[in-house]
Amino acid sequence: MNPQDVQGWVSDAAQAFAQADNLDSLKVARLAHVGDKAPISLASRALGSLSPDEKASAGKIIGEAKAEIGRLLADATARLEAERDARVLIEEVVDITLPVQRAHRGGLHPITIIKNEVSDFFIEQGFSVEEGPELESGWLNFDALNIPADHPARTMQDTFYIEPIESGMVLRTQTSPVQIRTMLSQQPPIYVISPGRTFRADELDATHSPVFHQVEGLVVDKGITMAHLKGTLDNFARHMFGDDVTTRLRPSFFPFTEPSAEVDIFFNGRWIEWGGCGMVNPKVLATCGIDTSIFSGFAFGMGLERTLMVRHGITDMHDIVEGDLRFTRQFGVGL
Amino acid sequence: MRAPLSWIKEFVEIPTTVSADQISDALIRVGFEVEEIITQGSDLTGPLKFGKVLSIEEITEFKKPIRYVGLDCGEGETRFVICGATNFAVGDIVCVALPGAVLPGNFVIAARETYGKTSNGMICSGRELGISDDHAGIMTFSDGSVEIGGDAIATLEINDVIFDIAVNPDRGYALSIRGVAREVAAALNLNYVDPVDALRSLTFEKTGTGVTAKIVDEDAASVFYLRTLKDFDQSAQTPIWMRRRFEKMGMRSISLVVDITNYVMLELGQPLHAFDADKISGGLSIKRAGVSQKFTTLDGQERTLHPDDLMVWDDKKPLALAGTMGGLESEITDSTSRIAVEAVRFNPIAIAKNSRRHKLSSEASRRLERSVDPSLAEFASARFVQLLTQLSNAQHVDTVIDGKPVYAPVVKVDPQYVSNLLGIDISPAEVAKHLRSVGCDVDESTFQVDPPSWRSDLLQQADFVEEVARMVGYDKIPSILPPRPKHASLTPTQKRRRAIASMLASRGFAEVQTFPFTNQETIDQMGFLGERAATYRIANPMSEEFPLMRVHLVPGLIDVAQRNISRGAKDFAIFEMGSIFRSSQKLTPAISPELGKRPEQVVIDAISASVPPQAYHVAGLLVGKNEATDWQGPARSYSWQDAIAYAEDILQLCNLEWSIKRSDFAPWHPGRCAELIVDGKAVAHGGELHPRVIAAYGLPERSAAFAVGLSALPDTEIVRPFSVGTMPAALQDVALIVDAHIAAGDVEAALREGAGELLESSTLFDRYDKLGDGKISLAFNLTFRAHDRTLTGAEVTAAREAAVAAATKATGAILRTQ
Repeated sequence: MNPQDVQGWVSDAAQAFAQADNLDSLKVARLAHVGDKAPISLASRALGSLSPDEKASAGKIIGEAKAEIGRLLADATARLEAERDARVLIEEVVDITLPVQRAHRGGLHPITIIKNEVSDFFIEQGFSVEEGPELESGWLNFDALNIPADHPARTMQDTFYIEPIESGMVLRTQTSPVQIRTMLSQQPPIYVISPGRTFRADELDATHSPVFHQVEGLVVDKGITMAHLKGTLDNFARHMFGDDVTTRLRPSFFPFTEPSAEVDIFFNGRWIEWGGCGMVNPKVLATCGIDTSIFSGFAFGMGLERTLMVRHGITDMHDIVEGDLRFTRQFGVGL
Repeated sequence: MRAPLSWIKEFVEIPTTVSADQISDALIRVGFEVEEIITQGSDLTGPLKFGKVLSIEEITEFKKPIRYVGLDCGEGETRFVICGATNFAVGDIVCVALPGAVLPGNFVIAARETYGKTSNGMICSGRELGISDDHAGIMTFSDGSVEIGGDAIATLEINDVIFDIAVNPDRGYALSIRGVAREVAAALNLNYVDPVDALRSLTFEKTGTGVTAKIVDEDAASVFYLRTLKDFDQSAQTPIWMRRRFEKMGMRSISLVVDITNYVMLELGQPLHAFDADKISGGLSIKRAGVSQKFTTLDGQERTLHPDDLMVWDDKKPLALAGTMGGLESEITDSTSRIAVEAVRFNPIAIAKNSRRHKLSSEASRRLERSVDPSLAEFASARFVQLLTQLSNAQHVDTVIDGKPVYAPVVKVDPQYVSNLLGIDISPAEVAKHLRSVGCDVDESTFQVDPPSWRSDLLQQADFVEEVARMVGYDKIPSILPPRPKHASLTPTQKRRRAIASMLASRGFAEVQTFPFTNQETIDQMGFLGERAATYRIANPMSEEFPLMRVHLVPGLIDVAQRNISRGAKDFAIFEMGSIFRSSQKLTPAISPELGKRPEQVVIDAISASVPPQAYHVAGLLVGKNEATDWQGPARSYSWQDAIAYAEDILQLCNLEWSIKRSDFAPWHPGRCAELIVDGKAVAHGGELHPRVIAAYGLPERSAAFAVGLSALPDTEIVRPFSVGTMPAALQDVALIVDAHIAAGDVEAALREGAGELLESSTLFDRYDKLGDGKISLAFNLTFRAHDRTLTGAEVTAAREAAVAAATKATGAILRTQ
């Protein structure tokens, strides 16, 4: 066995592998240069017939050559596989601009979204979220809130009454009965909000709906002042309308608060009425058995539809109540 | 309530440097919303003169009537103008804009040729001058009421600012110029003269016997002034200045007597009613109608009186619906000569009831039901006599008084309480100053506060706190967060609702919110029966079309689906969450415990129990295809399976276990509705809608729906997970032949039962219904696994055979062997 021959087999293999331009031709070259019939394989098998001395030196030479060819083959394989992969990936290119969305796009109702947003904000402030029935006792909806029988809110124009009238049952005109329920069942300190659906016998038009939503807040604790009301509303307004919003309280009248105020926000360059608020009327606290010599409280309430309309520039209530999918889907699952 | 600045200025010294906007801001600051500031005359320049009509030449060759009018405008020669209006005659006095005048809208008046004549000015309507909305034509004045050639801008007080103010129900006193002026003065710290001060010293000579006055129902009124006048000459006219004030207030002039009652009401806030005294038999008294009877009010409407209606009677019959509207029979007419004018401090509740029962809200009732200053019965009726005797020949005959004014009691106000409630330090002296500025008498040593006569709403300390706060300014209250309270979180129920809504929304459902109203036709069409159809009726629904409370969410969803389909939508899924209102409990008479103290617990419980339970549901409606058909291939239609699957997903989300069975349940297809049962209670239904419902509402065929009674679901228990096994699973397939009517769910349940604990899961992977002989094949993948060892072949085989045996026993299933 001539070492030059062995070197020649290696270089033949190197050349053949280098010339292979795909994995198939590499396979042919592999069979030719490392296959059973390849010169190096034959030489390797012939080692057995050599003397021990010759065997040691020839075995070393052949072993090194086989290793070298193996490396060359691995390199060539890696090169050609990479080439093949690159080609296949190019062949498999698709038009990723094709429309792929088949599933219907869902969404939460914007009122649900804003209700969740308000709830989350107040929960973070330590307020619980209380709810109550929509078909409600008139005593809880009116009397206990110091809305006497002759108050305009009690008239047929504003309230939906349930038959028989003597039952006093109404569709709640505000979520305030939830405040009464809370104060009758819990001791101060009370920090709650009550978002929910409310009813007033108003015709549906661009800004009114007979069925709408409110969120009310109630705090009863020691030493609660109107400054705390203002602080809470400022914080709430900034959360809902952004840091630039300013609020203004104007004296107003609600039977269940004294002093009472309207809260306006200055938003998008103008003052907008947002809701009502005030210090809980001592009469209301007394009816709920809360000692007014120890505790005071504040309450506020605003319409969720109104909040949504102001913030998002919605001009027609019909969009909110009609359930047109094209409207709802714009909101997705968050605002 | 409108308030012209010119009128406010009669009672408040307002410097000319104070602008209308500043007054408006001041009113807003003290709690009066200014809805509109109406500026009159600012865009009008003269000359504007009064002219007497001397001649009228009708020009007839044009399509509309045209007049060529000769006018005496005090210029020594006749001025001729063209006029298109016809509501005036020779001798009338009209208002003429001369060339050079500019009317609102930058309308420049010039001499011009028109209709073949030269028109040297324009005869004006109130509308053209921007001082009234009257469409009736041009303004006319009777001879002698204005000066011919005089400056109409000054005489008509055209230059003015009118504030349109929203008055809250607790501030009835501000439904008067007296009240508004007082607020303006207090808010701007200006001098105020109470118009009542000038009336206190008025006395009228008794010259005869007047009509008597009696309060019979003492709960209904506290004080009654009745003043009789005689010799009224009905030719007496309402002066221009008074007419103009009515116009600015948005009211009309009617006749001098009625106008003065209205004028006094506007000025002071006390409604008056003038009767033709000759039509009164005997005296007047205030008492209830007593029996139901017919009564015709001034507006010509015949009304049926309620026995509780408060009336002003004479000796024989009711003459007026007290404080609300007079009667037609005793009204002032052209021939009235003797007048009895009534001023009463009625009980506000009695008037409110009068007004509501007859759906009749008048200027009088609006004021009286908000409480009128009890002292005004005397002073307002005196003001009436003063004005009528000044403006006509009428003479005072007699004044009869019954009852006496009752004022709000003195209240002790703790100045510290004021500071505590407002969160600002206000000294006792300041508290006293502010309370005085709204008319209270304050004894600073005891802080006993006597509210003014017009403030019957100031009854408790907190009421006075609001007065101080108003005068200090709400803007002076700082903004401080309350002490941070305890931790809070959503309740499990609230979390569950949110999770369900989010899941449905993220699976392609759009949430809708519908009005919870329905009608009997819908309930019948849906096929609801018995207690599922029983609901509450609204006594005064928005429309008779929807007088009932909904008993189910699906009809509302169908309504929304129809609307979307009509607007072009074809394939969609929608859901709603909300209460339904089945009348599971009969409503009982209202329980109305006394206010101001906590009711007994049994009473509170009874009130709670009187409110019927209102179940909270979620429902979904699936219409058309389940996704878009596009280049990737056709979509499949939504069907009963989807509806059941979503109902199951909701129970799954709540971590509940359920069983399922077919159910004949409205509004679903009786053969394609699943009932999901948790803890033995049917809590959810899903499937295809009844074909009758689908047809009735024009929905696509096979539309499907689900409904889950969320309030009927048990609480979700905290998840106690098992440790996940890492041992290998053994998979086995079995195909079973069963009768076609056998429910796959029953077969699967039997398999699970028979397979025992080693069965981890089973999946129905094939259903073949072409076997014939009424048989079908159901093929299941069964996955077996033990958590602690690799199962042997023998164990798996035994378990599979046990499963099949159980299925055979329960459902007659036979193992299919090719």
